[in-house]
Amino acid sequence: MLRAATDEVIWCRLFWGVDRHNSDRYFSMSLLEHSACELLQLLEEGKTSSVELAQAYLDAIEARDSQIGSFLRVDAEAAIRRAEQIDRRRGKGEQLGKLAGLPVAVKDVLCDRETKTTCASRMLESFRPPYDSTVVAKLKAADAVLIGRTNMDEFAMGGSTENSAFQVTRNPWDLERTPGGSSGGAAACVAGGMAPLSIGTDTGGSIRQPAGLCGVVGMKPTYGRVSRFGLIAFASSLDQVGPLARSTQDAALLLETIAGHDPQDATSLDVAVPKYSATIKQPLKNLRIGIVREHFAEGLDAEVETAVRDAIKVYESLGATVKEISLPHSKYAVATYYVIAPSEASSNLARYDSVHYGYRTDRAAMLKELEEERKELETAGDQAGLNSLDSPLVRMYRQSRAEGFGPEVKRRIMLGAYTLSAGYYDAYYLKALKVRRLIRQDFDAAFEEVDLIASPVTAQPAFKLGAMADDPLSMYLVDLYTVSANLAGLPGISLPCGFSSGGLPIGLQLQAPPLGEETLLRGAYMFEQATDWCRRRPSLER
Amino acid sequence: MALTRKDVEKVSLLARLRLSEAELETLSSELAQIISYIDLLGEVDTEGVEPMAHAVEVSNVFATDEVKPSLDREQALANAPSSNGRGYLVPPVLGS
Repeated sequence: MLRAATDEVIWCRLFWGVDRHNSDRYFSMSLLEHSACELLQLLEEGKTSSVELAQAYLDAIEARDSQIGSFLRVDAEAAIRRAEQIDRRRGKGEQLGKLAGLPVAVKDVLCDRETKTTCASRMLESFRPPYDSTVVAKLKAADAVLIGRTNMDEFAMGGSTENSAFQVTRNPWDLERTPGGSSGGAAACVAGGMAPLSIGTDTGGSIRQPAGLCGVVGMKPTYGRVSRFGLIAFASSLDQVGPLARSTQDAALLLETIAGHDPQDATSLDVAVPKYSATIKQPLKNLRIGIVREHFAEGLDAEVETAVRDAIKVYESLGATVKEISLPHSKYAVATYYVIAPSEASSNLARYDSVHYGYRTDRAAMLKELEEERKELETAGDQAGLNSLDSPLVRMYRQSRAEGFGPEVKRRIMLGAYTLSAGYYDAYYLKALKVRRLIRQDFDAAFEEVDLIASPVTAQPAFKLGAMADDPLSMYLVDLYTVSANLAGLPGISLPCGFSSGGLPIGLQLQAPPLGEETLLRGAYMFEQATDWCRRRPSLER
Repeated sequence: MALTRKDVEKVSLLARLRLSEAELETLSSELAQIISYIDLLGEVDTEGVEPMAHAVEVSNVFATDEVKPSLDREQALANAPSSNGRGYLVPPVLGS
C-alpha cells in the first residue's frame, strides 16, 4: 500500500537536501507524504506511533510554517500529551477511535474548550469557548490529535485569507500567491505537508476554492450533513463544515467521522451517514456527467478550461457519458449570494456587543471623547447634533465593533444591514430568496439527467497576494463556480486536475444532488485513480 | 436604487458600527458598486416563486422538554470584558 513514488523522493531531497538512505530522517519525512489512510495502517501495524507522527508534523510546522503561515496557534505539548495517551491505550489493546493518533488541523472558527477560538478576528482574540463544537467533540471522540488552529479570513469572509486580522497565509506552490480562502490555512497546511487532515468551513466556496488553489482535496457536504453546533456563525443557511485532505479516501474518512445528526443543531439532517470509506473504491457504472453550458464562458482562463475539459475526457475514457446541460439562473448566483450571506452575517454578528464576550474599547477614552463631542455641540448650539449623539452604551457598542472588526467584515455587515433595512427588504433580501429557489430548481432539473456536474472551481489559478485588495466586487466574483452549491445546499468536492504553465494547481469541481456524498466521493476517486494530480507536492525549501 | 452617503451613515448606526469619515467615504462608493451589481436580480421574473430561506427545508423540529444543565455563572462570565463576578458591567444607561 505504501507508495514510494519517485517524485516523493525528489521532493524530500529538494526540501531537506538529504538522501532517502539517510533512513531515520527519510522515514520521518515520508510520514509527511503518506495519506491519512496509509498512516492509520502504519499505526495499526506498529510501524510508527502517534507520538512519532505528531512529532514529525510538529517538526514540519516548525520548519515550514514560518514561510507559509497556515497556523494561528500550535500547542505542541498538548498534541504530544494527547498522542502519548493514545499510544498508551493502543499498547493496552484498547478499542480506539476512527482517527486514532492522526494529526488533524482545525480552522479557528470551531469552538474548542481547550483552546482559544478567534475567527482570525481582534473581536475574539482572547475568546475561550466554554464548550466544544460538535465537530471538535467528534474529532476528540475519534482519538484524533488536534495539532493546531488554522488561519482564515476574518469570520470566514473572503476568498484569500488576507482578511485575517493576524497574519498572511501563502500558497505552498508559490509564496507570492494566495492559498485562497476563507479556509486558506486549512488548505495550505495540507498542501505543505504540515497536516494529513484538516477541517474547514464553506459558506460560498471556502473549502473548495482554497483546496483548488492549493492542489488538495476539499469537500463541502450537503447542508445539514455536518452539525453546525459550536461553529461560529457567518451565514447560517449556507455554512457547512467539511474535510480537506490529500486524497478523496482521506476526505471520505474524515467526513464520516464528523457527519451525522445532532439534536443541538435543528438544521442538521436526521439521516443515517453511509460509510463513505467502505464504498469509495467502487467505480460508478453508467455514470452520467453534466457540463454546464454557462460555465465555459468569458473570463475562464484558457489553461483552467483545458484542464477541466481534459478531466471530463478522463471520465469518458472510464465509460462515463457526458452531457451538456444548462443552469439558466447561474449568472444570478453571485448576486443572490451577496444579498443572502451579508444579510445573515449582519444579523449573526449583532451578537458581538462587547458585553458578553469579545473585544471592548477602552472605557475611559471612549467616555472622554464622547464628552468632548457633547461640549463642542453645546458650544455650537447644535441641538440636532446633540439629539443624535450616541448614548454611552451605544457608543461603546459602535466603538468596540469599529475597533474589533476588520474592513471586510464591516463591509459585509453594512451591506447586510442595508439589504435588510426597511424599504429594501423586499427588493433585495426577499427577491434573493426567490431567485435562490430558481437556482435550486435548475439543479433539480439537471440532476434528472446527470449524476454529477463537473466544472472549474475557480476561473483562474491562485492570484497574487494583494491583487484584489482594493476591489471587493472582483473578489466576490471569484466565487462564481462555488456559491451555487451553498445556495442550493448541494455537496461539492474540489480535487486537483492539472497545473498551469506557471506551476499552479488547477481544481476540478464535482457537484451531486443533496445527500449524494457517496456518489460524489466514488466519482472523485475514479478520477484520482486514473490520474496522478493528487500525488503532486510543492517543493518547499527550508 | 442609488445609495447615498446619508444612507450609509444611517445604516452604520443600525449596525452599531462607528465609521470614520474616510470609511464612510470608501464604503459609500464600494457599497454603491456592489448594490448596482446586485440590481441584476431585478431582471429575474420571480412572479409566484416562493422564497427559499433554507437549502434543506426542514420544519417543525421538536425537542423533548427536559431540564439540562446550562453554563454556570462563572463560565458565563469568564469571557466578559467587564464583570463584577455576578453580572456584566456596561457604561451607565440612565442618566450620566
